Amino acid sequence: MRSITIGESTFSCQPDETVLETLLRENVQVPNGCRQGLCQACLMRSLDNSPPASAQVGLKDTLQKQKYFLACVCRPEQNMTVVLPNQQGASIEAGVIKKQRLTPDIIRVVLEYQTPFNFFAGQFVNLKRADGLTRSYSIANIPQNDNILEFHIRRLPNGQFSSWVHDELEPGAQLTLSEAQGSCHYLSGRAEQPLMLIGTGSGLAPLYGILADALAQDHSGPIHLYHGSRDLNGLYFVEEMRELAAEFDNFHYTSCVSGDASESDHVKGRAHDIALSSIETLKGWRVFLCGHPEMVNQSKRMAFMKGASMADIYADSFHVMQENK
Amino acid sequence: MSESQETTASPDQTLYEKLGGEAAVNAAVDIFYRKVLGDYRINRFFDNSDMEKQAAKQKAFLTMAFGGPNNYNGQDMRNAHARLVKMGLNASHFDAVMEHLGATLTELNVPAELIGQAAAIAESTRNDVLGK
Repeated sequence: MRSITIGESTFSCQPDETVLETLLRENVQVPNGCRQGLCQACLMRSLDNSPPASAQVGLKDTLQKQKYFLACVCRPEQNMTVVLPNQQGASIEAGVIKKQRLTPDIIRVVLEYQTPFNFFAGQFVNLKRADGLTRSYSIANIPQNDNILEFHIRRLPNGQFSSWVHDELEPGAQLTLSEAQGSCHYLSGRAEQPLMLIGTGSGLAPLYGILADALAQDHSGPIHLYHGSRDLNGLYFVEEMRELAAEFDNFHYTSCVSGDASESDHVKGRAHDIALSSIETLKGWRVFLCGHPEMVNQSKRMAFMKGASMADIYADSFHVMQENK
Repeated sequence: MSESQETTASPDQTLYEKLGGEAAVNAAVDIFYRKVLGDYRINRFFDNSDMEKQAAKQKAFLTMAFGGPNNYNGQDMRNAHARLVKMGLNASHFDAVMEHLGATLTELNVPAELIGQAAAIAESTRNDVLGK
């Protein structure tokens, strides 16, 4: 008999019982719907043993890799410790080792951690300062045994956390980090697939990580990155990107400014409009969308209508936390 | 009940098996959902929705229409569509979705007879969907 641990409790899964049935029988609140592995309402994640592949059918490949599964069709083959998608796992401490202004609006912050930490470039973590104020930021670098995490933090008007990072945070300060979350990241395999990366403002952070990951894993298909901003203060790493494009034949970079930027060498217009009108069809492409929620939603739909499969569209919307002043 | 190794069509095959099972649903769902989103008559009912969750729901619907395993429950179907009925969902919109179901299966070269059977199953949800 397999056991299922959730929070502080451990339950026995009866023969032929699904994880969902076990938890509901024990009065654990688990959202659920179709109970046949389709609606994904009962999505959860194993923290230790892998779920059976049959309980991961239909999930995004990035979620499968992170051991997400559907409880309603999961007959466990091993004991599992599970969490619901929004439940937090362990948090870790990290110290600021570098702070660098990239544009008047965007600052690069590099943290170093001591305890083991698993992540994919492009995932996000919740950063918490000593008084508890917490915000989510995307990871811009790939894991490389150097125990560092890089973030690009944009100053938001009246943004409590971002203003503090820009004006007060100093190297040496400590922050608390949640585990890495999110399904918008690169996975190896299908190396010849064309990639379309579209980001606005600091949405370049996860894309920068995804790009680094793809190049490090020898992605051979064409990679197109469109980075856009309303004004020049949201564009950064332009030279780095141009250098990468010169170095890698399969990497193509376009910087876009939608507002007034006369006398600049950027393409005029919104990044996703320019990107999506540049090609006939996205059939067979893998698409990554990061940044402004409206841009992400519009582009998701446009990319799907242009032929990209829903399973091949990875998105990370940067929702702005409402501040209570 | 017997597990058959046969992969060719046999008289005892269910509609779901004849259509190609889960692989067929996977092939159909993007085509079908793209048609629905691209149809100005009905796409307002699919706006402001999480596309991924929507696609999962379309998949559940297609699985049912294909005669596959499902826990179809008329009351759930009513509850799920009540908000849309308030927005004006009516028979003409249901007809449009039926049209796209047929066109999707035609595009996948499904024989007309099987399309008819799938359409009949989908049709059986009409009153629940429209809250009649």
